Amino acid sequence: MPNGNSSGSGSGAVVAAVLARHGSDGTRLMQILREIQEEAEWLSPDTLTRVAEGTGLPRARVEGVAGFYHFFHTEPLGRYRVLWSDNITDRMAGNADLMARMCKKLWLKPGKVSEDGLVSVDTTSCTGLGDQGPALLVNYRPVTRMTAERVDQIVELIRHKTPLAEWPAEFFKVEDNIQRKDALLGADFQPGDALRALKSPQEVLDAVKESGLRGRGGAGFSTGQKWDFCRSAVGSGANPAHYVVCNADEGEPGTFKDRVLLSSYADMVFEGMTVSGYVIGAKKGFVYLRGEYRYLLEPLNAVLERRRAAKLLGQSILGRTGFDFDIELHLGAGAYVCGEETALLESLEGKRGVPRKRPPFPVTSGYLGQPTAVNNVETLASAALIAAKGAAWYKSIGTPKSSGTKILSISGDCQRPGVYEYPYGVKVSQILADCGARDTQACQIAGASGLTVAPNEFGRRIAFEDIPTGGSFMVFDNTRDMFQVARNFAHFFKHESCGFCTPCRVGTTLLANAMDKIDEGHGGEYDINDIWRVIRTLKTASHCGLGQTAGNCAADTLQKFRPSYELRLNVRDFEPAFDLDKALSKMREVTGRDDPGAHFHIAHRKSRAGLGTKAGDPS
Amino acid sequence: MSDPKTFFLDEEEIPFEEGQTIIQAALSAGKYIPHLCYHPEFKPHGSCKLCTVRIDSRTVTTEDGQTVKIPGRAAASCTTPAQAGQHVESEVPEILDLRRTLVQMLLVEGNHYCPSCEKSGKCMLQGLAYDLGVMDPHFPQYFSKREVDASHPDILLDFNRCILCELCVRASAEVDKKNVFALSGRGNTKHLICNSESGKLGDTNLAATDKAANVCPVGVILHKRHGFEVPYGQRRFDRAPISDNPAQYAPVKEQV
Repeated sequence: MPNGNSSGSGSGAVVAAVLARHGSDGTRLMQILREIQEEAEWLSPDTLTRVAEGTGLPRARVEGVAGFYHFFHTEPLGRYRVLWSDNITDRMAGNADLMARMCKKLWLKPGKVSEDGLVSVDTTSCTGLGDQGPALLVNYRPVTRMTAERVDQIVELIRHKTPLAEWPAEFFKVEDNIQRKDALLGADFQPGDALRALKSPQEVLDAVKESGLRGRGGAGFSTGQKWDFCRSAVGSGANPAHYVVCNADEGEPGTFKDRVLLSSYADMVFEGMTVSGYVIGAKKGFVYLRGEYRYLLEPLNAVLERRRAAKLLGQSILGRTGFDFDIELHLGAGAYVCGEETALLESLEGKRGVPRKRPPFPVTSGYLGQPTAVNNVETLASAALIAAKGAAWYKSIGTPKSSGTKILSISGDCQRPGVYEYPYGVKVSQILADCGARDTQACQIAGASGLTVAPNEFGRRIAFEDIPTGGSFMVFDNTRDMFQVARNFAHFFKHESCGFCTPCRVGTTLLANAMDKIDEGHGGEYDINDIWRVIRTLKTASHCGLGQTAGNCAADTLQKFRPSYELRLNVRDFEPAFDLDKALSKMREVTGRDDPGAHFHIAHRKSRAGLGTKAGDPS
Repeated sequence: MSDPKTFFLDEEEIPFEEGQTIIQAALSAGKYIPHLCYHPEFKPHGSCKLCTVRIDSRTVTTEDGQTVKIPGRAAASCTTPAQAGQHVESEVPEILDLRRTLVQMLLVEGNHYCPSCEKSGKCMLQGLAYDLGVMDPHFPQYFSKREVDASHPDILLDFNRCILCELCVRASAEVDKKNVFALSGRGNTKHLICNSESGKLGDTNLAATDKAANVCPVGVILHKRHGFEVPYGQRRFDRAPISDNPAQYAPVKEQV
């Protein structure tokens, strides 16, 4: 990892080298920008012009791509770029205080670069480390289990301009944290097992269909059917081809099971991709790896190399003429929406991650307009197991409508957070007992876009016919404030909306602002009504799943945890969001005054709002 | 022409040709569906969502004899292909309310001060707001700070009124082949940018005669020295509401 190589006049050479490495191919724009930034630290106007000239893309398009992703910087952000994971579980673990401590010690404001250009500190969406938070990224490398002590150590390292390579290795330790294994995580699987068992593509397809395997991303579409559609679709244009894409964009807050699969079960995942390629007739597969998992790039490339050497990838796999398949890793750059499969494909093609119109679906018109099977990491690993061990074995696990197992990422208020694998059909109450959750008030299942489950629903089951989930499972005990959970998620969606369509772009912001207004003690029934109106609009009119589900948590908590809202509603009807006292704060800062005379009715306001400091609330 | 196909728009039978979307067929048949990002000369985009309709709602009778309406799916009519026998709801209270909310969302997102805007009277957002009976912006204003770009000799850009419909982006790329405009940022930071290192329009090759300079449905891309030429009362939407004469938004027949 780079750190400290200043850009300046050298950037032209860096750009030229990176462009050459990628053949100046505009569809590789994401990788080009990332690699330049890793060297040059930021994407200067001059860099964007050079990249545009090199790739032949309009400059504004290059700038538009750079401007879309949270991890691309078109302004200098300091030699050390610290991003605190800001999911609700990180907040519960105290990230706000720790970040404030770091900012204070570095004499910084969040989001601002220090005057000497050394460091910037800000927040980012869930980094996929919910079981070992509070976590942060420093120059896109994860640091787990942050404490006040660790903050102080990091501040010293930054002050002394210590290169990241010389930081204590334990800072960067990411554990698998597997707490319960079942058919997949506990499988006796050797690299090549699935490939050696392959019969004809049609027979493998039939087995995948017979197994009842459904997509693990959450939507639950039949994997066999998807592969069948893709296999039947005909490629088009001058370079017809089929593609396999592994969706490793695991961005749903509270999910980290794909991180573990990629860290320790990469062979199974890559083998599943190879099986998929064999069935649908693809020669090439991509893994779309989220930017937060940048640290996995080198280890995963090493696994790919090892598999190529073992003839499990490349030309004539295991000596079978005509069975050619290889895999390339593609790194995202901090955009949750890219987990949506068509946004992912846009990003893979070097564009802004804006979801496409459907139809056409990716199985007929996906990557570069060619038939493409996009599958979740866990789905592909499961497919490898099915190919190796047979459909009947797999179908015997789980429920009739949901065969196999589900891997859950459990975080929040429990004694043993981590990764748990269960056969489908497991009850929520069982999961809570296993992970050591006590006095549980609620579970957030399937992430910020998922379902908020109250105790009277703990008898429900994880299954496509009851509660489907991509794998996020966050636990909240009865000391937590469910309003703050919903407010955190509202801000998450505001930050992660791609902005393409009106309802989502504006609605997510209006929702977050309304939640803030209520939080600050200015909310009333009027605002609750407005929230419902925004939720309806989001659900009905949004272009993709992000907007359609962005209001879920607010809706669920309003219905199931109404008191957490009510205690904040101190006005019966309406009160404006505009706050006269807050408007004076700038002048208080400028004049250095903070006496009662510099405030507008503060005593009156505070007593009426009756608000204290709340757990999980960022100050 | 093959045998005529029809679908139902608010219970009225509408003919369509294979490949037409719902809005194209409706506008061709003289039925207006509100829209901002749709333009008859460009590929449908589906971002403003003003043209949202409900498709194939059903009414069922329950065991105890009550009739219950099961709402069909909501979809942007500009990107949804027309299908024979489809039932489409457009001028129904729920959908009209949704469209009013969407207009209000656009009104609070940007800075739309109609009385001082040169586009007033011929602005599609304003025209739609009047037509839908939007009486106020309802939601708290963003009061977003957006700079004006007057660097071009003939064209002024007032980003305050941008509704991000991307018509200028599409026109510049598809018709003018110049790629003068693009979008950057995302979510509520999404914004229009110009194709130059300075970011200024004056440093691009936009000409006042370009399609991109003449397609903006609101008051962002303005021709200099041409403001307020038509007196109040005689402006386009003063004479007739935006929903009048839907044929003007009907798809242009391809020249054979």
